[in-house]
Amino acid sequence: MNRILIFGATSAIAQEVARNLAKEGASFFLVARSAVALGDISADLTVRGAASVMTRVADLAVLDTLADLCDEGRDALGGIDVAVIAHGILPDQKACENSVDATLGALRVNAMSPAALMTRLGEIIGHQGSGSLVVISSVAGDRGRPSNYVYGASKALLSVMGEGMALALGSKGVNVLVVKPGFVDTPMTAAFPKGPLWASAKSVGDGIVEAVRKGRRGVIYAPFWWRFIMLVIRFAPGFVVSKI
Amino acid sequence: MAGDVAMPMSWGRYPRLAQRVVHMADRRGALPLPAEGSILPYGLGRSYGDSCLNGGGTLIATRGLDRFISFDRESGEITCEAGVSLAEIIEVALPHGWFLPATPGTKFVTLGGAIANDVHGKNHHRDGTFGLHVKSFELLRSDGTRLRCSPEENADYFAASIGGLGLTGLITTATLKLKRVGSAFLGGQSIKFGSLDEFFDLSAESAATHEYVVSWIDCLGEGETLGRGHFLRANFLSAEEAAGMRSRRSLPLAVPVTPPVSLVNRLTLKAFNAAYYNRQSVRVAQKTWGVDGFHYPLDAIANWNRIYGPRGFLQYQAVVPPRDQRDVAEALLEEIARSGQGSFLVVLKVFGDRRSPGLMSFPMPGTTLALDFPILGEATFKLLDRLDAIVVEAGGRIYAAKDARMAPETFARGYPDIETFRKFVDPRMSSSFARRVMETA
Repeated sequence: MNRILIFGATSAIAQEVARNLAKEGASFFLVARSAVALGDISADLTVRGAASVMTRVADLAVLDTLADLCDEGRDALGGIDVAVIAHGILPDQKACENSVDATLGALRVNAMSPAALMTRLGEIIGHQGSGSLVVISSVAGDRGRPSNYVYGASKALLSVMGEGMALALGSKGVNVLVVKPGFVDTPMTAAFPKGPLWASAKSVGDGIVEAVRKGRRGVIYAPFWWRFIMLVIRFAPGFVVSKI
Repeated sequence: MAGDVAMPMSWGRYPRLAQRVVHMADRRGALPLPAEGSILPYGLGRSYGDSCLNGGGTLIATRGLDRFISFDRESGEITCEAGVSLAEIIEVALPHGWFLPATPGTKFVTLGGAIANDVHGKNHHRDGTFGLHVKSFELLRSDGTRLRCSPEENADYFAASIGGLGLTGLITTATLKLKRVGSAFLGGQSIKFGSLDEFFDLSAESAATHEYVVSWIDCLGEGETLGRGHFLRANFLSAEEAAGMRSRRSLPLAVPVTPPVSLVNRLTLKAFNAAYYNRQSVRVAQKTWGVDGFHYPLDAIANWNRIYGPRGFLQYQAVVPPRDQRDVAEALLEEIARSGQGSFLVVLKVFGDRRSPGLMSFPMPGTTLALDFPILGEATFKLLDRLDAIVVEAGGRIYAAKDARMAPETFARGYPDIETFRKFVDPRMSSSFARRVMETA
């Protein structure tokens, strides 16, 4: 577990995953939009023990470059032990409701782009015969809610695709892990009031690394007890879901 | 940037004040300034009283500024964002033979907080305060100015911000010179002593031989037993001496809930202190410790501050100059013993004479005494006022990071540089402590 490829490396959860792995002296290939942020993260991981950190500035909404980016990461690292797909935006739900472009734009970044990466990375890791592919999804993908169904729909795509890939590729040594975090205190959720259900990005990141170390595949909730909350919510009638 | 209205607490869980909290996570970004009202940087909230609170105003939470920037494993210079905790610095540096040049009794403080309070530790007699080992930092002012501060550059802001309680601006990044250590273990002795005279003799004798020295005193000792306690002294072990030693993983202990009343009361205190004093039968016990066991024993119990119950507690730390230190320490201990209040651990230490660059730094040559008091109402506040009178009379001062109740005059007499300091206070920055104590002083 020492060659790590991360898409959306500036996401708070991805950073915590990387910090945890850096302690063990891992090598990284980090992809994100901001060169400045990548530079800061690279320095941070190096001090924390990373053996090497390579960075690549890219706009992950440009779909036809993604397969090549996967190959570039694999070649630079000399193989992939863990790939993490962590990029995503919280679209403006109200704007999406009145704009086809806004809705498709959000789905391109949050769903199409990760789906393209998952496809190519599944191939690469399957070809290697071992490795983990971690996809950061969300509990929001488990039910459609009036307040964020575009975001939820994009995450539902990742969850279902990841779940299926985990079953399909498990025998080829690919551990596809779909992570569904609950409420996480990150810059993306900075504007929300926080309550007892909120977890830190660090605890979620550490949980992901632990699951990868154990070779887990399939769907995990982070923290784990969201599984029980979502079990109830999945069976709740629509008029209840519309209130939450 | 509205921010949540929250009731963040200081470590003493007193006072409780409503204030807004906004977060800062980008060191290159602007200060998240509210439209109106004052602001104060807030790290891990380990200051005991109201110096880390800004009731009615806004706190800028800095824990998001948690990136390392560089670490030179040869020279021991480490640069990081100011929200990085001392625990995180130790985790990164200790495996390479580097440790904090000065550390308080908890590692759960931020680098920015350690500078703003100019913290000190058990090696003050040798290495002085934390601020002496800070090479430079960047200070972000509310008007957007970024000042690079060091002993050479903006030296006046450097001096004002070390021990400046976060009032001179927000420290975004800092460079610290770490201390070389041979291992992650310490060796030394625990020595039982029966009186203050013995304590001062041991302190004088150990200053040159031991890098870390601290004592625990039984605050209920009266007459014959006044000033009895345990004297701890230690040095980091060399790699050879520590060969084969393994750090024990401590159990994850915690105080899960706040009990309805303080668990520290006259009864439990008497029993604990007697048992603690007598736990060691021999006069001198040879000991070894891991870094956590020696420096941070209380960090092993999460939320230990809850044992004082819903009313919270006051921590009291004073220093008195060397001239009458023995007699003044005795007078303070007598006053505390008479009251029957006080806590398990009363800490006594002789400071050294290395001068901090900090204008408002607390440590000075002399003897310091620190202890907790569960808040039992008016009686507790009156007792501390009586202790203040003794300290001020002797030419001493009270530690702002631990205070929630001292009078403005007490502060003014202890910190004669307050007038110079005022010139460097950022016009938008304030704290509950500053308004209560400094503005009227």
